[in-house]
Amino acid sequence: MQKLATPLSDVTFLRAGDLVSISGIIYTARDVAHKRLIHLINNGEPLPFDLDGAIIYYVGPCPAKPGRPIGSAGPTTSSRMDVLTAPLLKQGLKGMIGKGGRSAEVITAIKKHGAVYFAAVGGAGALISQHIKDSEIIAYPELGTEAIRRLVVEDFPVIVAIDSMGNNLYEHGPMT
Amino acid sequence: MKTIKYTDIVNKTKELALEANFNLPKDVYNALLEAKEKETSPLGKSVIEIVLKNARVAKEEQLAICQDTGVVVVFAEIGQDVRIEGGLLADAINEGVRQAYEEGYLRKSVISDPVERINTADNTPAVIHFSLVEGDQLHLTLAPKGFGSENMSRLKMFKPTDDIELIKNFIVDTVVEAGGNPCPPIIMGIGLGGTMEKAGLLAKKALFRKIGSKHPKKHLAELEEELLILINKTGVGPQGFGGSQTALAVFIEEFPTHIAGLPVAVNLNCHAARHAEAIL
Ligand code: SF4
Repeated sequence: MQKLATPLSDVTFLRAGDLVSISGIIYTARDVAHKRLIHLINNGEPLPFDLDGAIIYYVGPCPAKPGRPIGSAGPTTSSRMDVLTAPLLKQGLKGMIGKGGRSAEVITAIKKHGAVYFAAVGGAGALISQHIKDSEIIAYPELGTEAIRRLVVEDFPVIVAIDSMGNNLYEHGPMT
Repeated sequence: MKTIKYTDIVNKTKELALEANFNLPKDVYNALLEAKEKETSPLGKSVIEIVLKNARVAKEEQLAICQDTGVVVVFAEIGQDVRIEGGLLADAINEGVRQAYEEGYLRKSVISDPVERINTADNTPAVIHFSLVEGDQLHLTLAPKGFGSENMSRLKMFKPTDDIELIKNFIVDTVVEAGGNPCPPIIMGIGLGGTMEKAGLLAKKALFRKIGSKHPKKHLAELEEELLILINKTGVGPQGFGGSQTALAVFIEEFPTHIAGLPVAVNLNCHAARHAEAIL
């Protein structure tokens, strides 16, 4: 088990199949939020958070019960974000967390920018939510579950699915 | 003639929606336990272990098993001798869903129009399938259906002369192409025959058969068994990380069809195969 803290710096030592636990800050964004981020980048406008070394988690959480920071919060299908990913990696995005495979275009961009794609276990949202200690909406509250949230996570469990060399867990199984 | 009150249907629907979202059905849980034992990949084994632990946490803490609490699909079988008093059946079901998703802190994923895409903010309307049956009872089966698995489903109109091997390949390919997206180990519902929409409906209905049950027709029971073996040989494995446990069950529902055709629908459900039922 590798332990990582955010923001990420060098992640080229990680290999597909490695179990990783992440502590620090990660940001949530899915379909519509991605579209808006790309729009901001294209117009040269400031982004709601610093992408440099950042991790984006593809998730649309359940509402929080009283006394909890967040509801059930497992990953959504990453491939829907494939066409909206390369520009974010170019801006310094270092890690993504989701579920399922990625396109050839995304894998090329991951290699080019020395980034990493993690898989969280889909359908384990109740368990995963216990590793989220705080949650705050920082952009697009009108999108509800799709808003951009800043999450404070502790020992957030993920698996390296595509490493910076382009090794792909979904194609070839674990490297180690 | 039996009278069922609108409010009783509201309350029962609400109860079922909460129950389904928090408690994984026992047969699914047990099938996952068995899959964990059988899984050959160590990573696959730990994935199933996580999934089982998640189900226990969800139950204990009354949290949604999965944050995609879905579009609510309801099969309402109404006995011909039932009279509903105080409002429309569909309204009662939607009211129950509304209350459950609000009070249960469940995610609202339904949008009002597929093009305009404005969230309805209460997870209604549910997709309701009504059918008239014998007797004086109302049988409700409710399933929060996540879209990771729904999006990977397919329907194809085969020719009557197409070899059964072609159909098997289509079904197995659906699983391979879906990879990790539908959160394997999955449950497969297959609708054979009828018309286009009938095949889809049969496939959906098939998803909620009890795991371990066999099709009553011998040749279809054998086809279910064979497909399960073929699918587990693909190596997709838990979460698509590779392994021997890609599907927990394959269920076929069939209906007579036209001499000129053979509709085949494949509906996938994830390991979070949530459903609950009740009789009023
Ligand atoms: S496919 Fe099922 S288990 Fe996976 S995220 Fe969607 S609803 Fe949850």
